[in-house]
Amino acid sequence: MFAYIMRRLAVAVPTLLLLIVFSFILMHLAPGGPFTQERELPPQVLANLNAKYGLDDPLWKQIINYIWGIVAHFDFGPSFVYPDRSVNELVAAGFPVTLTYGSLAFIAAVVMGVGLGVVAAIWHNSFLDYLAVGISIGAQVLPNFVMAPILVLIFTLWYGLLPGGGWSFSDPSFWIMPVIALGTSYMASIARITRSSMLEVLGSNHIRTARAKGMPEHRVIIRHALKPAMLPVISYLGPVFVSMITGSVVIDIYFSTGGIGKAFVDSALNRDYAVMMGVTILVGALTIVFNLVVDVLYAWIDPKIRY
Amino acid sequence: MTKFFATTALVASLAMPAFAVQPAEGEQLAENQVYNFWLLDAIKSVDPAKNTDVEGSDVLRQLFEGLMNEDEKGAMVPGVAESFEESDDKLTYTFKLRDAKWSNGEPVTAGDFVYAWRRAVNPETASEYAWFMELMNIVNATDIVKGEKSPEKLGVKAIDDKTLEVTLTTPTPYFIKTLSHATTFPVPQKVIEEHGDAWTQPGNLVGNGAFVLKSHNLGVDITMEKNPEYWDAENVVMQTVKGITVNDNNVALTRYQAGELDRVQIPAGQYPRLEKEAPDQAVSLPYACSYAYVYNVSEKGPEALKDVRVREALSLALNRDIIVNNVLQGGQKPATTWTHWAIEGFDQPETELATLSQEEKTQRAQELLTEAGYGPDNPISLTLQYNTDENHKKLAIAAQQFWKPLGVNITLNNVEWKVHTDRMQNQDFDMARYAWCADYNEASTFLDWFRTDGYNSGKWSNAEFDQLMADAKTAEDTTPIYTRAEEILAEEVPAAFVYHYAKVDMINPDIKGLPTENVLNSWYAKDLYRLAD
Amino acid sequence: MVIQQDKMQSLATRMSQDEVKGRSPWADARKRFLRNKAAMTGLIILIGVALFALLGNQFAQWSNEDLDFTVMGQVATMGMPSFENGHYFGTDDLGRDLFARTVQGTQISLMVGIVGAAIAVIVGTLYGATAGYVGGRTDQIMMRAVDILMSIPYMFVLILLLVMFGRSIAMLFLGIGLISWLDMSRIVRGQTLSLKNREFIEAARATGVPSWKIIIRHIVPNLLGLVAVYATLLVPLMILTESFISFLGLGVQEPLTSWGALISEGAGTMNYGTLWQLAFPLFFFVITLFGFFFVGDGLRDALDPKDR
Repeated sequence: MFAYIMRRLAVAVPTLLLLIVFSFILMHLAPGGPFTQERELPPQVLANLNAKYGLDDPLWKQIINYIWGIVAHFDFGPSFVYPDRSVNELVAAGFPVTLTYGSLAFIAAVVMGVGLGVVAAIWHNSFLDYLAVGISIGAQVLPNFVMAPILVLIFTLWYGLLPGGGWSFSDPSFWIMPVIALGTSYMASIARITRSSMLEVLGSNHIRTARAKGMPEHRVIIRHALKPAMLPVISYLGPVFVSMITGSVVIDIYFSTGGIGKAFVDSALNRDYAVMMGVTILVGALTIVFNLVVDVLYAWIDPKIRY
Repeated sequence: MTKFFATTALVASLAMPAFAVQPAEGEQLAENQVYNFWLLDAIKSVDPAKNTDVEGSDVLRQLFEGLMNEDEKGAMVPGVAESFEESDDKLTYTFKLRDAKWSNGEPVTAGDFVYAWRRAVNPETASEYAWFMELMNIVNATDIVKGEKSPEKLGVKAIDDKTLEVTLTTPTPYFIKTLSHATTFPVPQKVIEEHGDAWTQPGNLVGNGAFVLKSHNLGVDITMEKNPEYWDAENVVMQTVKGITVNDNNVALTRYQAGELDRVQIPAGQYPRLEKEAPDQAVSLPYACSYAYVYNVSEKGPEALKDVRVREALSLALNRDIIVNNVLQGGQKPATTWTHWAIEGFDQPETELATLSQEEKTQRAQELLTEAGYGPDNPISLTLQYNTDENHKKLAIAAQQFWKPLGVNITLNNVEWKVHTDRMQNQDFDMARYAWCADYNEASTFLDWFRTDGYNSGKWSNAEFDQLMADAKTAEDTTPIYTRAEEILAEEVPAAFVYHYAKVDMINPDIKGLPTENVLNSWYAKDLYRLAD
Repeated sequence: MVIQQDKMQSLATRMSQDEVKGRSPWADARKRFLRNKAAMTGLIILIGVALFALLGNQFAQWSNEDLDFTVMGQVATMGMPSFENGHYFGTDDLGRDLFARTVQGTQISLMVGIVGAAIAVIVGTLYGATAGYVGGRTDQIMMRAVDILMSIPYMFVLILLLVMFGRSIAMLFLGIGLISWLDMSRIVRGQTLSLKNREFIEAARATGVPSWKIIIRHIVPNLLGLVAVYATLLVPLMILTESFISFLGLGVQEPLTSWGALISEGAGTMNYGTLWQLAFPLFFFVITLFGFFFVGDGLRDALDPKDR
């Protein structure tokens, strides 16, 4: 297992390099640069700016300088669009926000989704089951860019319960709407997966055996059914994580949370090369780590899998 | 010999003491003097030399103070400068500074301005607004930006701590009007040298404005509190000013209605409804920006647009009344000139475009196209490029439909902002949406755009126009010159002017002191106060 | 929103076993599918939506481009759904007929979904089958490449691609399709490995049939059920991705439109008394996604019954 983890981490390095080079080239090929603006800059000012940020070097040299900066100094460069800040500062400000509401949404989605799915499976074909299926299907297809403004209307304008946006680490009232808007559809997916996988496990032979032995139902479920039923849920968590980061764009736009989702989209549109690279690398690294965690978790739960 | 207070309008305003707006008799002030304003996006920089956008300027105007301020009508009033003299040849300005202080208690000196202005043009600063100093025509600004002269050569000098002398290369009628722009604000040398790029962080930042930076969460909010060291602090009522970022205009309106914001832009098309529901809150104020479809008449441009008849026909057929009244619906005005109608000292010329009815114009457009050999039998195919935005999209779709009956087939090309700008600057377009906002309240800020060496993305060129704009620099009375320049634009039609902007906002009626007649919409939180509910 | 890989795995195993037993799984599957109420409902919905997309324009009284100047500027009061003025679904903010635009949005969104899913499935199948069949070093390299590609944040790359090459339907198809072939290729490879040593493949190989022909003639057809199910479930994912891209403003060009574009426009103005602008496109969007899910799940259950 240890060797497997090391091997996976070893692959991560070329992966990230590939990602860096690919994004770097793509970004620089895009028309316009960070200083392309409505009032065309005098060529000299533009030259000054390019010189200051090293954009007058050939592309290969820029890539090498960039990678060297990261490796040697953990320096992801300055932001071109936010001249007061470095990429490290921007990410340090935005990432904790994304991480906070992201993990809360993640936890909420998993806990509630699994709960809903298990309930639906245990009381199969009951009213509860239909309710759970109804909720999960409805929530799954409602885009979060529709849900977010609805939440603001309801909670801020009509009932005045929650602030309509902004962010504070100390005041949870700012967290609620982002978590709902981000987590709901994943909760629904998780509920759906849990339900079907739970139903399958409950119908399997070893559960019938356990029941035949006279084991009380709650013990059957907790001891024997839940663990195997979780396997498909776990393998779903990797993709969930990645699409949550992507989905955070919507959250940042509607709730002005200042997270890195919007930072990425903005940087791509503004040609803020360094910020875009920084966020891409961060998300790429997180994706790698998270996929690995999911695989390890999977192996730990399912004794049949050996790496 | 120098004249004291030589120039006309300024005499009156400078002679008056520059008091902040004060509550009128019988008005009850709110306990909590807070003003929450809306920001569409994150503030990119609070460094006066590095700021590039309007929202950044709104924040900088509170944190710093330049030589001049603007009053509620947009007239120039003294800021840090108490008075100034203009030399006979109009090339030297001498400013007398008042006893103002930085927020750390140190005095604001002429040297601070010299440092700030040199810093703005210094290639090492790489300011994207270095061109502003060139626009002001300060001696050597252009050469310094190019790196050919050292920043010390800039035509600005501290005679003593309280006297600042600026020398210009050429008489510049609008010079004084540029002095309320953020790029000209003083900056504290010691603080910048101590903290480097981090000097703009809350806690580090030292300003000379009426407010100090309290906190700045990028893309979330920016909070400023009253600066007790400000020279006129006793007349400042407002205690806290907070800019709140909301990226979606519709959500921003919802949050305004929930009381979280005191001022917000009204989304397109919603003004009539809100004006009916809340007449005391919905406002539409003239705002000095103009919107146009620029024709590419350069080598790379389409053949059809090189024919002035085609250009004019397209412009005539554009039903501006429908665009203004049925699409935008916010008190914008149909544009027949490039210069915004509300600009000071500007008279619109009488043109076909301004006088004919829309039926007549459409008919004339058909005639012109037929003359030029086009029409439904020989249609013109053109691309109309616009950058991603709900309003640009709506207007482009409408324009496409107006031109369709003439036999002009328009392909819409929606690109994102950077691509749009890049293509325009490289003449890779047929027709492109463009808008220009005034830097100062004078027609040349618009008209300079069409000079042969102006930004002029369509590469239209006209010798008489260039000459007029050069003459305007030294002329006593510029009004007829600008009117004539607009006539040339109307004859030559280098672009179809679409509409003149209005600022269409919801404003909390409890907030008093916001300017209503300043076409640049510069506002100063020091002049604001909040009434009790 | 996800395709459950474990169920796909199970289905894939089943499909290849059945082939070996020499019995087509399709006949039984059809019976089971027809008995599945949810799946049949889904199918009927999808047929309805497809008819709407194909024939809707026959019923529209307005084109999707024309501005209705009588409505423009007072959409909230004049532009509501009405049979009198022919705007069955009302109009958008510019006075364009929402019925015609919804028809068009449906066409585009379905097309993006189907073409995107097709690209993903074709690339995934061929890639996986090739890796599995050729085996050895090639297999290792190809699968390591998949591992690497799996850790790339695709939505980011897609945004970059759209920014770089500009918005176009072709780019959208390609970008969206290329996002999702990785999982497919893994499953296909696994099944190819187990098929590869079966007698009928060996027989083909012995008679000198070239490898590419074996892959296309013998291996891919055995994966057809899997491919069909996968494709059905991918379509709604593609449609969702497209709606997200449209929300970011990187979707199709006006005057073309898509569900995502219509929904995000409608969502912006939902508090201004023009709720129909959101309701109609959202309704079609939602029922179509349901339809694909039900049909996809039904198809899978039919091909891979758990009670065998």
